[in-house]
Amino acid sequence: MFLAEVVGTVVSTVQIRILDGEKLLALRPVTPDGRPTGKTRIGIDRVQAGVGDRVLVIDEGSSARQILGDPKGAVKTVIVGLVDYVEVRGKLAYDHTERTS
Amino acid sequence: MYLARVIGRVVATTRSTGLDGVAMQWIQPLDETGEAMGDPLVAAAAISSGPGDLVHFVDGREGALACPETFVPVDAAITGYVEEAAIGAVDLAALEEA
Repeated sequence: MFLAEVVGTVVSTVQIRILDGEKLLALRPVTPDGRPTGKTRIGIDRVQAGVGDRVLVIDEGSSARQILGDPKGAVKTVIVGLVDYVEVRGKLAYDHTERTS
Repeated sequence: MYLARVIGRVVATTRSTGLDGVAMQWIQPLDETGEAMGDPLVAAAAISSGPGDLVHFVDGREGALACPETFVPVDAAITGYVEEAAIGAVDLAALEEA
């Protein structure tokens, strides 16, 4: 799993059936303090996330199929958590409440 | 899954069993600004798409799962046509092909 920032929304109507009705978001992987790291990708949103949110993402097929409840689904990237805060070596690296207040 | 632009078609008449009728396309993965991200690759088209289209694709074993026959040697498949990709103030789907 990794941390990512939601950077955009993706709308797709012609797609494989398992994705029908799922919300897709553009995700930029980030370090705990918010620096971009790795390739931007598209994930299925299962936590009602929005643009600007820091999220927890899994990019692995079996887990994604388990979440979507289809053992043969061609899915891989799913947002599985909304990050409240991240602490690294005893220091707060990210705090959602601070960002929104 | 990643965003990509379909930039070409690949025709291979002789191919592995199970892949009959599966269209192969040459795609360029894109980052959130619409710029090329990494090298282009060949993906099986699980939906109807063509050159110029903005799509999303899945890589790895899931590529095969998107095909009609799932036990096939495929490691990337186009999984959807993107109508709109609003990232920042830009809609990548409205951009011209780079």
